[in-house]
Parts: sequence; structure tokens; C-alpha cells
Amino acid sequence: MRWWWFALALLPALLFGPSSGLAGERFIILQSTTSTQNSGLFDHILPRFRAATGIEVRVVAVGTGQALRNAARGDGDAVLVHSPEDEARFVAAGHGILRCRVFFNDFVLVGPAEDPAGIRGLSDVAAALRRIARAGAAGRALFLSRGDDSGTHKKERRLWRAAGLDPTAASGSWYREAGAGMGATLNMAQALGAYTLSDRATWLAFANRRGLALLLEGDERLFNPYGIMVVNPARHPGVRFQLAKAFRDWLISPAGQEAVASFRVRGQQLFFPDVRCDERSGS
Amino acid sequence: MDEIARAFALALELMLSGDRELYAIVALSLQVSLSATGIACLLGMPLGMLLAAVRFPGRRLLVVVTTALMGLPPVVVGLFVYLLLSRAGPLGDLGLLYTPTAMVIAQTVLVLPIITALTRELGEALIEEYGEFLAAMGLRGARRIPTLLMEGRHALVTVALAGFGRAIAEVGAVMMVGGNIRHVTRVMTTAIALETGKGEIALALALGLVLLAVALAVNALAHLGRRRQRELAHAGG
Repeated sequence: MRWWWFALALLPALLFGPSSGLAGERFIILQSTTSTQNSGLFDHILPRFRAATGIEVRVVAVGTGQALRNAARGDGDAVLVHSPEDEARFVAAGHGILRCRVFFNDFVLVGPAEDPAGIRGLSDVAAALRRIARAGAAGRALFLSRGDDSGTHKKERRLWRAAGLDPTAASGSWYREAGAGMGATLNMAQALGAYTLSDRATWLAFANRRGLALLLEGDERLFNPYGIMVVNPARHPGVRFQLAKAFRDWLISPAGQEAVASFRVRGQQLFFPDVRCDERSGS
Repeated sequence: MDEIARAFALALELMLSGDRELYAIVALSLQVSLSATGIACLLGMPLGMLLAAVRFPGRRLLVVVTTALMGLPPVVVGLFVYLLLSRAGPLGDLGLLYTPTAMVIAQTVLVLPIITALTRELGEALIEEYGEFLAAMGLRGARRIPTLLMEGRHALVTVALAGFGRAIAEVGAVMMVGGNIRHVTRVMTTAIALETGKGEIALALALGLVLLAVALAVNALAHLGRRRQRELAHAGG
């Protein structure tokens, strides 16, 4: 008699039951990056792909490094990331096939509008980083790194190398590593009054800018190409290869490219179609 | 400051808007966390009482381990379950990664030590109080477990709520094994993390307030049920 209440408490749990992905549903898992998700690109293009093919794309948005590692374990059917060297390595290691460059945008340096390091107006990103480092060493500026092995973090480390500096020696003082996604890092940069490197898409869509401003853009070293690959079914038999290939083929088709190009935030185009397929990766 | 005020207004607006995506996210949060809490109770409450009522070799070690595991970081649980369910992992063939089932598994692992340790604590207190009485009724050792569960049921509701609170509030484990996939595995906490990432601070805080309202509602229901049951018990003798 007294047990009814206890049983009742458990009832909703048992009634609902955990529902897993229904069998027979046509979907793929796409390992991708926070920049594409936070900007809203996927919300714009994926419904179009689904309308055309009936295939649902389930996006797991992490950093480029984690996306590639997850996919290398077979946890994903396709990968859409932005770090050409790592993509090439992923293909060379046999994890990915059918690699194509699909679209690009660019990185921008943002920072406090007062610009204590005086980089506004520069067009050379390496020179700007050197000024930030100098101002940082003098206690007048902070630089916030993603610090999460993402595509943006990898790009940032290459830019510091181009500037001839190793900022990690100053990690914890003027160089701070957030270990977070792009949006979370922008929130921290806003709160700290720090400089940071952002992809343009996340920056434009970012709603919490107060006091942060775009300070440097246009250096050709800030070019940011995105690439797609299908996870190799020979390596990972569980991969939904045909569906993943259908997504990759759609994205490089005129329809897919048009969907990418028509995505706008505050009236601005964020991603620019540019299809180049890697012949050696089996395409 | 105006962001906090805006968040409250936005939270009300969201709850009244009839936004189907939001309702689906709230429903999935409840479904996952209630399922995990339910399973953890079914396993952890008898286990907790067993630890309280029976002396056996290794018991002390189990007690220490369950108590220590109460402080397990959700992201560690998430990583552990991820490695189990990953296609390259031992249970990869089940294809459970990035599904609500994976999230239930992770939260069950997270909540089980809390339910077990708190139930054991309660069981020991009950035995101290009623041990002689139970012995006089001829009940000893493991045979006391059903009676202990019965007598402790009011406090066990609170134990279950403590577990539920931990499950519904955590983000690290569900993020890792669920992937925060829109319409599939997005729950309240991962949606809050996502909106924060977009810099939509007021919206993120508003979602947090909705989560708080949901947790309050579950707690209120549980306490109402308990009171009603007490009244029935008094009326019926």
C-alpha cells in the first residue's frame, strides 16, 4: 500500500523511457567546430539539405582538434573543420577520404576599443602581435588565447611563430589561455579587456561585444579555409558512408554552395564558396 | 545589471511563448534526468541499505568508494562513458553515442554514488534507532532491507531529489556523450552553454531561470506527494 508513492515517483522515468535514435531514420553525425555552429551557419544550410535529400545532419560542435580525434575513433560520419594541415594528416593516416575545401572566411584580431597596444590601422598581423606582446610585457595589454587545440588556436600559434615570438613563455601573465570555445573566449576577452583572435563569423554573430572592437583584418595570413571529409568506411565499418558522401557531394554542388553563400548575419556574407577537391584522397 | 532584469522578462516570455523547441528541450532534460535518477534509485537504494544492514568482507571499502564517488566530476563521467560507447570502444557496436540513452547512462553513473551513500547513511541511522525492535521481530541482516526501505521512504524521497538535482544541473557529462545535437540531444544545460557561447547572455540566463522553475516544480510535486501520503497514513491508521 505504502509503496504506491515510491512506484509513482519512478513511473515517469519508466513511461518515457530513454529513446535512442530510431532505427531506420536517415541521419549522419557531423563532427564540426564551434565557429560554424555559433555563427548560425548550420541552422541555415542543414534544413535545405534535409529538404533536398531527407537526410538529417546531427552536428557535434567541438574544436577542430577534438572533432578530428573523435572522428578518428569512428565517432562521426563526416568532418567539417578548418585546419588544412591537420586535415591532410587525417587523410594521410587513412581516417578520412573524399576531402574537399568547401568555403572560407577569415580571422580577425579583436580587442578593447581603447586599443592600449596601438594596433588599429596596421595591416601586418605579425607586427600587431609584436606590439601586443610588448604592451603585454609592460603590463598594459592582455592577449587571450583559445588554448584548446582548435583550428583557431592552431592558426593563432602559427601567427605567433610568424611574428617570431613564443607567447607561452608568458602564459599566466599577459598571455592567457582560456581552454574554451570561440564564443566563451570572446565573453572572457570582453570581461578582461583582452585582445584575441576570432573567426569573422563568430565575431559578427557575437551579441555580447560591449567595449570589444575589430582592430585588424585583411592580412592574407588570416585566410581561413574550411574542409570536409568523409570518415573512411574501410577503417570504421559503422560509418554511414553513403549518407555522409551525399552530404559532402551536396555541399560541393551548386545548390550547397548557394546555401552557404546566401547565409547572412547583420546583412553580411560570412562564408565564401570555394570548392577544391583533393584528387589524392579518392574523389 | 539590465541584463539580469532582461533575463527575468525573457524567461517569462519563453515559458509563455509556447515555443515548441524550448518545450522539447525541457521535456528531454526531464526525461533523461528522471530516467537516470529512477534507475540509480532502483539500484542504489537497496545497495545502500545492504551496506548499512549487512557486514561482509569489502564492505568498508565499498562505503569509502561510494562516498568518495559522490564528488565525481561530471566531465570525467562523460569521458569514461564516451570511451565505453565510442565506436572504437568496447560497446561501440551498440551505436549509443550521441543519443539520449547515452546521456541516461552517464547521469546514472553520476547519480548512483549519491543515492547509495545517502541511503546507507539513512539506513545506519534507522538501524541505530530500531535495530533492537527489528531483532525482536526476528529480522536480522539482509532480511531487514525491505523494512528499512519502507520505514525510510520519506527521507528517501529527499535522497532521490538530491540525485535528481545533481543530474538535471550537470552539463559536462551530457555535453560529452550527447554532443548537444539540436532536436536530438540538446538539454537545458547544454543549450545554456551554447547560448553563452553565442554571447546571448540574457537568453542563457533566461534558460537558466526556466531550468530553475522546472527543478522547483519537480521538488514541489515530490513534497506535495509526500504530505498527501502522510495524511492518508494518519487517516487510515
